[in-house]
Amino acid sequence: MTEKYYDVAVIGGGPAGLAAAVSACEHGAAKVLVIERDKVVGGILNQCIHNGFGLHYFKEELTGPEYAGRFAEMVRNTAAEVVTGTMVLGIDTPESGPVIRCVSREDGYREYRAGAVVLCMGCRERTRGAIAIPGDRPSGVMTAGTAQRYVNMEGYMIGRRIVILGSGDIGLIMARRMTLEGAKVLACVELCPYSNGLNRNIVQCLEDYGIPLYLSHTVTGVHGRGRLERVTVSRVDDKRRPVEGTAFDIECDTLLLSVGLIPENEITRDAGIEIDRRTNGPTVYENMMTTRPGVFACGNVVHVHDLVDFVTAESMRAGAAAAEYAAGKRVSGRVIKLVNGEGVNYTVPQMIRPDNAGKVTEVFFRTNIPRKKSVIRVMSGDTQIASFRREYMAPGEMEKIPLPRVLLDRAGDTVTVSVEPAGEAADRA
Amino acid sequence: MYDVLIIGCGVTGAAAAYSLARYDLKVGIVERFNDVACGATKANSAIMHAGYDPHPGTKMASLNRLGIKAAKKICKKLDVEYRPLQSLVLAFSEKDMEAVRELYARGKKNSADVRILDRKGVLAAEPAASPDCVGALHSRDSAIINPWEFALAMAEVAVINGADLLLEHKVTGIRRGRGKLTVVTDRGELETRFVVNAAGAFAEDISAMAGDTSVKSLPRAGQYYVLDKEEGKKVNSVIFRCPDENGFKGVLVAPTVHGNLLVGPDAEPRADADDLSTDRESLDRIMKSGLSSVPSVNFRNIIREYTGVRPTTSEKDFVIGVSRSCRRMINLAGICSPGLSSAPAIGDEAVRLLGKQGLVLKRRRGFIDERPPVVRLAELDDEEKRRVIEENPLYGNIICRCETVSEGEIVDALRRPIVPRSIDAIKRRCRAGMGRCQGGFCSPRVHEIISRELGVPMEDVMLDKQGSFIITGRTGAEEN
Amino acid sequence: MKELICIICPKGCHLKVDEENGCAVTGNGCARGAEYGKKEITDPTRVITSTVGITGGIYSRCPVKTDRPIPKKLIGDAMELLRGLEITSPVKTGDVVVSDILGTGANFVATRDM
Repeated sequence: MTEKYYDVAVIGGGPAGLAAAVSACEHGAAKVLVIERDKVVGGILNQCIHNGFGLHYFKEELTGPEYAGRFAEMVRNTAAEVVTGTMVLGIDTPESGPVIRCVSREDGYREYRAGAVVLCMGCRERTRGAIAIPGDRPSGVMTAGTAQRYVNMEGYMIGRRIVILGSGDIGLIMARRMTLEGAKVLACVELCPYSNGLNRNIVQCLEDYGIPLYLSHTVTGVHGRGRLERVTVSRVDDKRRPVEGTAFDIECDTLLLSVGLIPENEITRDAGIEIDRRTNGPTVYENMMTTRPGVFACGNVVHVHDLVDFVTAESMRAGAAAAEYAAGKRVSGRVIKLVNGEGVNYTVPQMIRPDNAGKVTEVFFRTNIPRKKSVIRVMSGDTQIASFRREYMAPGEMEKIPLPRVLLDRAGDTVTVSVEPAGEAADRA
Repeated sequence: MYDVLIIGCGVTGAAAAYSLARYDLKVGIVERFNDVACGATKANSAIMHAGYDPHPGTKMASLNRLGIKAAKKICKKLDVEYRPLQSLVLAFSEKDMEAVRELYARGKKNSADVRILDRKGVLAAEPAASPDCVGALHSRDSAIINPWEFALAMAEVAVINGADLLLEHKVTGIRRGRGKLTVVTDRGELETRFVVNAAGAFAEDISAMAGDTSVKSLPRAGQYYVLDKEEGKKVNSVIFRCPDENGFKGVLVAPTVHGNLLVGPDAEPRADADDLSTDRESLDRIMKSGLSSVPSVNFRNIIREYTGVRPTTSEKDFVIGVSRSCRRMINLAGICSPGLSSAPAIGDEAVRLLGKQGLVLKRRRGFIDERPPVVRLAELDDEEKRRVIEENPLYGNIICRCETVSEGEIVDALRRPIVPRSIDAIKRRCRAGMGRCQGGFCSPRVHEIISRELGVPMEDVMLDKQGSFIITGRTGAEEN
Repeated sequence: MKELICIICPKGCHLKVDEENGCAVTGNGCARGAEYGKKEITDPTRVITSTVGITGGIYSRCPVKTDRPIPKKLIGDAMELLRGLEITSPVKTGDVVVSDILGTGANFVATRDM
């Protein structure tokens, strides 16, 4: 069979994939391919009809479909090819370069060879099963994203009396959406003592509509044999275990789950690429290359972002690096490993090669709990190489710190990022 | 007028229908749910037991051994997922080793393949087993199976050979008449010469409708975890623990034919066999027990939990025989473990009993002992994938990303002799929605395909059983 | 003194609005935050996003938004205007679907090509 060759092949045509493709073209890749499984590109943005996208990248507030539309247009203006309705089954990475195996209705089974591959498969939602909510198994229990697809794209109402578990952004957005469509959203129930969504969404999706938010609560029972009839909600202690005697029932026909997103890395794992247990995404270098030479990754497949603008920025870097790799550029030299210190859940990238780092390397991370005045410290052994102050930090909001090349050059082979309360200790800096 | 009406289309009813299909008879199967295999058949351990467990001389002992031999052939012939897999019964103490020796003796009497392994032998056979074990019973006669496909395959062959499958028919009464029985359902009355009671946990009720109150159902619930395929890779055997004082086989850890990992069940009395709820305490206990057998299982990779209710009775054995009050009814009750393993033999036994009661068993001319082949895209190699998509481009349209299930496979399922009508019915047949995202991505699409292919409004497509509707209306509609 | 969380951008600044002092805003990260703080107290507005039915599109709903914020109290009535509305493909991003919503001068516009 004739395998077509592309300099850069991008797996996934959501925001990450579109940005990576645009950037790869801009950085000299002559032949770029975007492989999308859905019938149109844009990914999850197509169903995110709310506004709030693009403030960083486009400097204006767009809805999801508008943001996707602009990038689709940008891709159309490049030489990149897009195939839709095509599912990637796997990638092989022999010495001779990556091979992508895929199927589609139109083209059947086919393989593409590529100079470099960019993984942009995004993420999926955690389900009821994954968090083991006990009780019956009626219909009317679904993830917020599935509901969003039904409501916003297919035009179906999925319930009338709704409880939302989890205060992730999709859950909050759906609370408002269902209310606007005439459903009654009875409660948003959050396991943590704080919300996991953006503050603005708490305000404009819950508070605007008087929807109660139960922090430190969870759903401890699901009742109904055909359709959901009610849920039991209980308060949880600081170990997040339900407290006896605090249970109450809410009559509802729908339970929407917004309990976390998980990077979708089946293809990555099958290819033997190293996965970071903390992010559930591939371990990446400063230029978003995974542990497999020539295979890059960006967007929610690497770590779950809260802003599409950040996905775009990261994917632009990945696309550029993939184009350079395809053109023959190889990076060698020393590797600095980033270690998560106190208060830091993960970092992306996990590894930095100073020789390849630009003037500044941006490191993304999330803190483990909400914090007021804090200091982010970057340490090499006992030496502090950088510190940053924050007035406010939360697990729901991704942090970004710039590490200048000059500092990295001074660092040892491991660098620790940690967060601590600002105070006298901060004056050590 | 039917010659035989089977009540219940779980694996037992399906096996009875399959056994009867080779005879020239008019057979009907009534099932209260909207699909076959909706009770214990879809919620069990999916194991073909080697046959060392039942007490020698019981029906369980003989039918288990006969059943697994027959099941192996049926699975091959009817293309049901089946994989021979060694089993271990782990012992963690000297007391457990006594139990192992007892099982060994039973196994020998039941002519099952058994041997006793010491700790070293266990860890050589199953490196994932807990190093805390002191030994185990080992058998090579066990297997893992796709239980609902097994039942479906047998039911399909029955339907292909002319049996009527009446779904969503709940039996509410039985009237005895001259030379016939009238089975009353919520959707009308059916006349039949004989009835086979394969109503699972509700066999007591059916038996009582014909005047025989000797069957006493004492259903027991068992809860399970299903884990991601990452976890399924970790074990290469069905790992039991020694039975406890109640004879309960204990929490098992086993891969499924699809590569997931199963951990469960417990065994708690459950008064209402339709109560399939799970609870936190039981699940926590099961997790602990599973981890003590296989410490490397990562419970962060759970994808689902479920409860199966076993149709146990007050008897320690299967309750198989002619009703005490009605010679035209054969009871197949108490078909708990090893019921799945025994099913084909139970089906044959039902035929034998019907024959003894005067049913004329004439071989069916032109008996078709096969069913339309099943394309499973994910299992094909690249060349075969290319070929099937060339023949039918719908196989190239992947609907379920987690399990790589194509539109072609879903459409195929919708055109089979027994038509799936719900999203879960498709899941049972094609695996769409059975993976990590549990239908998050594919269920709206499966929903649409069912609606389109069957010409049923989206609003009328159920998630699973009757009443499990998904859609409550249209957005932006005038009536909102 | 009223405490607000700014919803202008995802940063979510914690604002303090002094109602006594002409709604002077502190805690804002940018000028737009100050503007929001003042407006949220005196005349709160929101951009509304929803969908309308579409005939001939690849999906059965076409997403729309108000092309500028409308008073919060008009949200319910604005939604009513979309009820039962059916447009026909093709539409372009920015095409007006409902003009001059309730006399506000804002329009509902399509937010994708379909």
